[in-house]
Amino acid sequence: MKLDLDPEVVAKARRLAARAAEPIIELARTHTTVSVERAVLRLAGVTGADADGTPWVNRLVDAVRDQVGLEHGVALPVFHALRDDPRELVRARFTIPSGADAVRARERARAAVGRGIARIDRNRADRNLLLGKHGDPEPPWIYLIVATGDIYEDIPQAQAAAREGADVIAVIRSTGQSLLDYVPEGATRQGYAGTYATQENFRLMRAALDEVSGELGRYIRLTNYASGLCMPEIATLAGLERLDMMLNDCMYGIIFRDINPRRTFVDQRFSRQIHARAGIVINTGEDNYLTTADAVDAAHTVIASQLLNERFGHEAGLADWQLGLGHAFEINPEIPDSFRLELAHAQLVRELFPDAPLKYMPPTKHMTGNIFAGYLLDAFFNLAGVLTGQSILLIGMMTEGIHTPWLSDRDLALENVRYVRRAAGALAEDFRPAPGGFTVTRARQVLAETVDLLDRVADDGLLTAIAQGTFGVTRRPADGGKGLDGVVAHADGYYNPATELLEEGP
Amino acid sequence: MTISTETIKQIIRPYGDTTGDAMVQVSFTLPVPHGSRAAAAALQLAGKMGLDPASVVHSKAMGPDFTFFIVYGKATHLIDYAGISVPEGREYPLLTPQQVNLAIRTVLGRELVVVGACIGTDAHTVGIDAILNVKGFAGEKGLEYYREIQVHNLGAQVEVSELVARAKACDADAVLVSQVVTQKSAHLHNTKQMAAAFAEACGLGRPLLVIGGPRFDTVTPSDLGVDRIFGKGTTPGEVASYLVHALLPTWSPS
Repeated sequence: MKLDLDPEVVAKARRLAARAAEPIIELARTHTTVSVERAVLRLAGVTGADADGTPWVNRLVDAVRDQVGLEHGVALPVFHALRDDPRELVRARFTIPSGADAVRARERARAAVGRGIARIDRNRADRNLLLGKHGDPEPPWIYLIVATGDIYEDIPQAQAAAREGADVIAVIRSTGQSLLDYVPEGATRQGYAGTYATQENFRLMRAALDEVSGELGRYIRLTNYASGLCMPEIATLAGLERLDMMLNDCMYGIIFRDINPRRTFVDQRFSRQIHARAGIVINTGEDNYLTTADAVDAAHTVIASQLLNERFGHEAGLADWQLGLGHAFEINPEIPDSFRLELAHAQLVRELFPDAPLKYMPPTKHMTGNIFAGYLLDAFFNLAGVLTGQSILLIGMMTEGIHTPWLSDRDLALENVRYVRRAAGALAEDFRPAPGGFTVTRARQVLAETVDLLDRVADDGLLTAIAQGTFGVTRRPADGGKGLDGVVAHADGYYNPATELLEEGP
Repeated sequence: MTISTETIKQIIRPYGDTTGDAMVQVSFTLPVPHGSRAAAAALQLAGKMGLDPASVVHSKAMGPDFTFFIVYGKATHLIDYAGISVPEGREYPLLTPQQVNLAIRTVLGRELVVVGACIGTDAHTVGIDAILNVKGFAGEKGLEYYREIQVHNLGAQVEVSELVARAKACDADAVLVSQVVTQKSAHLHNTKQMAAAFAEACGLGRPLLVIGGPRFDTVTPSDLGVDRIFGKGTTPGEVASYLVHALLPTWSPS
């Protein structure tokens, strides 16, 4: 280890993160949400939408909620009411079964959801087969974004990006999607600054990337966003369609999309249980904090959030190799030693989470429109990435903040990272910060500030800390934001076959 | 003898390394395979753009169907600098938070009420938050920090009808809206829709409408039906100073 961090301080930081996370985990264990219940129905095989485009899972959950409430979960009343034709269900009279009826409903629900989970398991096995067959690219993986709004335009762009060297393709979602309380259906051809996440879009893109993986002899990973009000359902669809990585942060939606904190934490636990089972790597969003907060002053909030994300992830069953913790190269280039500070932060994250596939995000805040200076800054970002052994590099665009990347922007960006990898790919081996020097001192300072912050968060409570604007300098009260009305406390006898099966393990 | 200013010309050309060399550099992509025919096409395009002579200094295949070019050339167009009028600068003085608070206290005698939101499908609250949040932007604190300004930040993806209702309910003096997403000109469409809704609901008594976003550089406030457009890099202090200028025109900082 290059920074010679005090293992006792690191252990203390983890203990504090666990203490801060505990009440939230308890909240998530004892509550459900409309989206968790819809995800259960999706696992049980309910698909499609009515003539107005409202998914059947929404219709069913709303009907159950109106008639008997969601405190017992949706599985028991739905499978009790289920006769031969599932389409009749929306007109059914729902009741909470008891006695032998309850046992029967439970068994039927568990069997149906089990088939969905078996499909997720098959997808995981298929991914492993394909990784063996096509080959798993060496890290750092090059992560590129496509975002046209039209899945049929995205597909050739994604295939072209893979041929140009991308290892991971992320399809950015339509900006409106995070606050929709339903998942749209079918292939979509119009979105705002991105393409809607739908099951069919997932299927189409995964198939297109399988085709190009075979051609390139390299398995191309597909990423989307399990965030917003439908986080559990989108995680489920990702598992059902063999997506490989999902953006899934514990606090991003709260802070940047004003989604209610309780809703987010309950949804998040279920999503992560699905991701764990599906072998999906999650990407967390700490990089975003630095777009509103100062990257030097707030460096410790990134580490604190990573430790919280790690704790929540482990509790939900994610292994270290599935924790794509995020951070970013966002220090103002005008300040002295900005690159050394970046190295200190990046190396600190690397050493705190040695087995995590860290996701390193390029500069955005200090990309000024001077594309030439921006190209240089991106090269320094790439250098910091290889020097500190980052695992996933989101490739910076010199035209960041001007327009969505042109074909030539992407090509130049790949030329930049290819040069840095070729010229300095193994430089991490030679990078030994001087003991007691600038880098080591700065890293220790950030870690110490992290411990202080987590200490406060553990004492005050995470919900209070979020309400006070601790993360991303945005205050989000526990009862504010969107989606709180979709959170329901479990009654005695709450039944969720998906959680039961996921917690039993394969 | 008087000389009309129109007769004095000041001809300028781009400057490479010698006065009058008129050298410029451009880069672009053509949707054709790399090769000599593609380079000839690039030169013809450069010629039609007014670069003569031009030379392709770099060309690179981007996949089988596209070629990227960097071209240098001599611009044949002339600019009469004397005929270029100075664009209007900021039409109001920049005030400190203390001056803004004093102005509001003195002239208005109550808090100035500001409602902010991202409207339509736009979920990018970074801009509006930078102006409104205490944290602010570029070292300046946001409007929440001003004691005499009452801020209602409605957040992301607010419906226009909801924005109008909330602005009326709290008797807003000004409405600040930020729009980042520009796909299919959503930012222009949303803004016009909002201005029309306020005009219909409030008539002439509508609050001051201020729009902010990085891509409004091709339109004027009157095109959109708003009072002011702020672009990329705007600081909270500029917005607060503008609010004083527009809403409290009788006040002067002296």
